[in-house]
Amino acid sequence: MTQTVHTDGPVKKIVTGIPGFDAISMGGLPKGRTTLVTGTAGSSKTIMAVQFLIHGMQKYDEPGVFVTFEETPIDIRRNVGSFGWNLEQYSNEGRLAFVDGSPEPGQSTVETGNYDFSALLARIESAVKKVGAQRVAIDSVSALFSQFADAGVVRRELFRLAAGLKQMGVTSLLTAERLQEYGDIARFGVEEFVADNVIVLRNVLEQERRRRTIEILKYRGSAHQKGEFPFTISPDGIAILPLSAMELTQKSSNVRISSGNEELDRMCSGGYYRDSVILVSGATGTGKTLMVTTFLDNGSKCGEKTLVFAFEESREQLLRNAIGWSIDFRKWEEKGLLKILCQYPETLGLEDHLLWMKKEIENFGPTRVALDSLSALERVSSVKSFREFVIALTAHLKAKETAGLFTATTVSLMGGTSITETHISSITDSIILLRYVELMGEMRRGITVLKMRGSWHDKAIREFEIDDKGMHIGRAFHAVSGILAGTPTRLVLAEQERMGEMFQRK
Amino acid sequence: MKYVLKLYITGQTPASIRALENLKRIMAEELSQEYHLEVIDVLEDPVLAEDEKIIATPTLVKSLPPPLARIIGDLSNREKVLLGLDVVSNRKEVRQ
Repeated sequence: MTQTVHTDGPVKKIVTGIPGFDAISMGGLPKGRTTLVTGTAGSSKTIMAVQFLIHGMQKYDEPGVFVTFEETPIDIRRNVGSFGWNLEQYSNEGRLAFVDGSPEPGQSTVETGNYDFSALLARIESAVKKVGAQRVAIDSVSALFSQFADAGVVRRELFRLAAGLKQMGVTSLLTAERLQEYGDIARFGVEEFVADNVIVLRNVLEQERRRRTIEILKYRGSAHQKGEFPFTISPDGIAILPLSAMELTQKSSNVRISSGNEELDRMCSGGYYRDSVILVSGATGTGKTLMVTTFLDNGSKCGEKTLVFAFEESREQLLRNAIGWSIDFRKWEEKGLLKILCQYPETLGLEDHLLWMKKEIENFGPTRVALDSLSALERVSSVKSFREFVIALTAHLKAKETAGLFTATTVSLMGGTSITETHISSITDSIILLRYVELMGEMRRGITVLKMRGSWHDKAIREFEIDDKGMHIGRAFHAVSGILAGTPTRLVLAEQERMGEMFQRK
Repeated sequence: MKYVLKLYITGQTPASIRALENLKRIMAEELSQEYHLEVIDVLEDPVLAEDEKIIATPTLVKSLPPPLARIIGDLSNREKVLLGLDVVSNRKEVRQ
């Protein structure tokens, strides 16, 4: 993002600076052209329009002009102040100019005879000249239709406006309202007049939760990513999560780190990979949080920074759990080697959780991150956005060469897979299963390394016990089958021998 | 109270000229009292248009007597102009 102009075929683009947008648009907005941004009420059109200008002024030294037909400049300044955008300051510095076309309340207006928007064009042109603007945002043209009675004239004049903007050589972003999330592109057929490039912002209610997406519908003569991309309104404005646009370019590390349990390390032939993401799946009470705890403890012992996101238990509970296994989390916290962050899954949407987590990881800089549990997060989202969330988080961890340990809770006590597992097993590098094994009227526990990408691992299902020192992995279950299926059966010796022969004989 | 009017135009276009002519004729025929008219060319002075948030031209703004009112277009419809200006037609009074 160091250059301002990208060459991409015949159409040049200018980098907007809106996080993620330049990735999905493959370089930004078409330079010197008008792009229409449509969306329903509350789909963050105005924020995007302002942000387009803000980044231009902040990062690329490109002054801007904001034309408003809906809210007054005062309202806009106030509304975007919460993002830390000080529009007044830019205005004072002569880098931002407003063209105010907001309706004057209480003023009677009569129309008689022909008119055009030459005055508007003249004002925009004068503002562009005054600040040397390269970016123009217009919000929203739909409001013009309520200010003027003759929709035909407004359409004709919008067409002239788009042509005028092109002549001025500015890159412009024009917003328009639409009535439905999936329907006509914009009200009043606005898109027909500035149809070169169309972006749609959506704000869909999905499982009682708002999910915002952005889609580049049309980018004439220019490449772009297709489909809807989730975005969120962060404290810094719009942030798009270009999940499908992400490339698998992560480096892979051969360095091993300890799980905190020697025997488990042996089962994994020397520990987890430094930059791998491990999924630990098991029913409630099988020892998932214990694995998280020893994993983090081991990291801190090595002087590494570790971070845990807890969505099921509070900080106090985690500390108490740890003490129960003779691990002192408080000590690591005081030394600044451990950070425990707890949050209810329901407090935020997944996109916001992701943003929050990325920020915390960025700020703290841990080498090990644990998440307990993924299943809690899955409850508050759809399958698609959950998968996207895990992919994005995984990619973020890998880019930072950070080890990630995620836990997933299986629904049934015996055997079975967790829903979480089914959806993301292909994303994680390693999968460790913790299972209850009912044998001869006793509940025992088994552990197995189901998958470990790029490494040999123990294929056996080993029994383990938990006491006040933590997890102790013992021998493999002998002459028992059906553990993972949830129906452990003891094989009679004779039968076992027969089966052995079956495979030896060939 | 004296009428204070501002007519915003963009250059000497046919519509601008028409609006000015229409206005002068209507005022002469319908308004017995004096009025003050200022013609502002937005192309020459965009800042003045900014203050009044002018989008379309021609636009006639009546600042006095209150209330503030604006009439958009070339003022070709006499009745509408009178309505917008809140002027009671002389002719109608005569007829009554």
